[in-house]
Amino acid sequence: MSQAETAGPTAAAVRPLALLGSELATLFRRWRTITMLSALAAVPVLIGIAVRVAGAGSGRGPAFIGAITDNGLFVAFTAIAVSIPVFLPMTLAVVAGDTIAGEASLGTLRYLLVAPSGRLRILLVKYAACAAFAIAATLTVALFGCLIGAILFHIGPVTLLSGSQVGFWGFSGRILLLALYETVSLLGLAAIGLFASTLTSVPVGAMAATIVLAAVAQVVDALPQLDWIHPWLFSHYWLGIADVLRSPVEWGSFLSNLWLQLGYLAVFGALAYGRFTTKDIAS
Amino acid sequence: MSAAAIRATGLTKLFGAQRAVDGLDLAVPRGSIYGFLGPNGSGKTTTIRMMLNLISPSSGTVELLGEPMPRAAQRVLPRVGALVEGPAFYPFLSGRDNLVRFDAADTRSAPATRRARIDTALERVGLAHAATKKVHAYSLGMKQRLGLANALLRPRELLILDEPSNGLDPQGTREVRSLIRALAADGTTVFVSSHLLGEIEQLCTHAAVMRAGTLVASGTLDELRSQAVREVTVTTADPDAAAAVLRGRGLSPSIPAADRVEAALPDGVAVEDLTAALVAAGVRVRGIAATGESLEDRFVALTGEGFDVAG
Repeated sequence: MSQAETAGPTAAAVRPLALLGSELATLFRRWRTITMLSALAAVPVLIGIAVRVAGAGSGRGPAFIGAITDNGLFVAFTAIAVSIPVFLPMTLAVVAGDTIAGEASLGTLRYLLVAPSGRLRILLVKYAACAAFAIAATLTVALFGCLIGAILFHIGPVTLLSGSQVGFWGFSGRILLLALYETVSLLGLAAIGLFASTLTSVPVGAMAATIVLAAVAQVVDALPQLDWIHPWLFSHYWLGIADVLRSPVEWGSFLSNLWLQLGYLAVFGALAYGRFTTKDIAS
Repeated sequence: MSAAAIRATGLTKLFGAQRAVDGLDLAVPRGSIYGFLGPNGSGKTTTIRMMLNLISPSSGTVELLGEPMPRAAQRVLPRVGALVEGPAFYPFLSGRDNLVRFDAADTRSAPATRRARIDTALERVGLAHAATKKVHAYSLGMKQRLGLANALLRPRELLILDEPSNGLDPQGTREVRSLIRALAADGTTVFVSSHLLGEIEQLCTHAAVMRAGTLVASGTLDELRSQAVREVTVTTADPDAAAAVLRGRGLSPSIPAADRVEAALPDGVAVEDLTAALVAAGVRVRGIAATGESLEDRFVALTGEGFDVAG
């Protein structure tokens, strides 16, 4: 073969990010993703309507629910506090468990690989898409919380836990910070889901395993007899919402959470890499 | 001198104790249409998966377009189009969007020409009219065509097509055949697997035959035909005289029935010469036939497929 002929594709520019764009477009165009985000958006809407209709009650119920009638923006806080133990990890587990196993069960994995996409690139892109979904999920809850709160309730300056007041924009910043905090909180679980997804070509299996682990972690976190293990659980900081409401912001738990999640990412990312790059793709 | 388009050396794959592919040596010349024949389960798809770096060989090596796999995979695979064990797509995306995704997965493909390339590929497989339909509404034949379009997203030097006419109606099969011929005429090497001999016989210049993980024959179609064990059957009222004539020509005839003489036909002995000799010797010949000359019998003999009807 002539040199020009073989040099053509080889010399072409390499676009490592093309697959990421395609992955995000595919993920967020899926009905399943849109349905899950809609369900998450329904959480603050339901909370807002319930409080509006029935009142805040006698101080029982989810965190911050009593503050909603004072300031509608607290709907976002309450909704995130309600979603973080179950809804957010569950929807994330669906996305993370589907990453590799879903492609394998469709058979599309073999065509991505022969396209060719390197195996490491596929893993990185899939993980990035999980993180993007985590951001989209927490932001959906936060934004719909703010929206429904603004529609149904009074909005004004908010008194923080440490006694000082912040205005509307200051408080919006805190809400964004909370969304970011919970996104980071889910990074470890996303890595676990990605690893589980490399183990099987049955996506439902990987999803279920990830959800079960999220539940087990929270049960263990609630047992005082096992308190030595608590700081190492990926779910340990999930409910550390209050620190975002202090003035100044309490960054300690934010950073501990970040390091913990990055630790999980390193361990399960390495396991997923080890598994996926040596796996025979027979599906 | 250019290297072979595909070269496998001692390629072996073990699944547990089972040898799915066992010591396969294969060289596919550039520019050929190479048929890869074998019954279901003979290791064809496993071999193709090893060629494409989907599964790693237990031992042995593969070179594609002169470069070693899997080391050069990212460099070589953009020049290779593939259809592996049936098409596979995202059912919730349209045919076109599926191709967009697989093209984006190729890090060396140019987004500027993507649209035009996809249009051309869809046109080539006769799927332009269904491009915006969701794939879950596609028939098996349409998916197969879309799979071929995916293999043709850019000019390829080598096409590896696993059962390309699976699920197609006779008309579609003919179209695929002429598409492959056209691609080969442009200089693309085409490696086609099939369990249907007729398919290969009509299309290919070369063929290799797999049986239970091992390669039992390979070469040009003519070479394969000439390896066929041939037999001559004479129907006659004078079997003994006929047998004597055949013996005189160096054959070793048997007389399985009162009016029939059979003998294996060695290379270089033509049936027409035997006919002339029999007639010249006064044998009353009712019929004479050379059997076992078809590639199909050779295929059946090699792979052990089908019913054994030898008398």
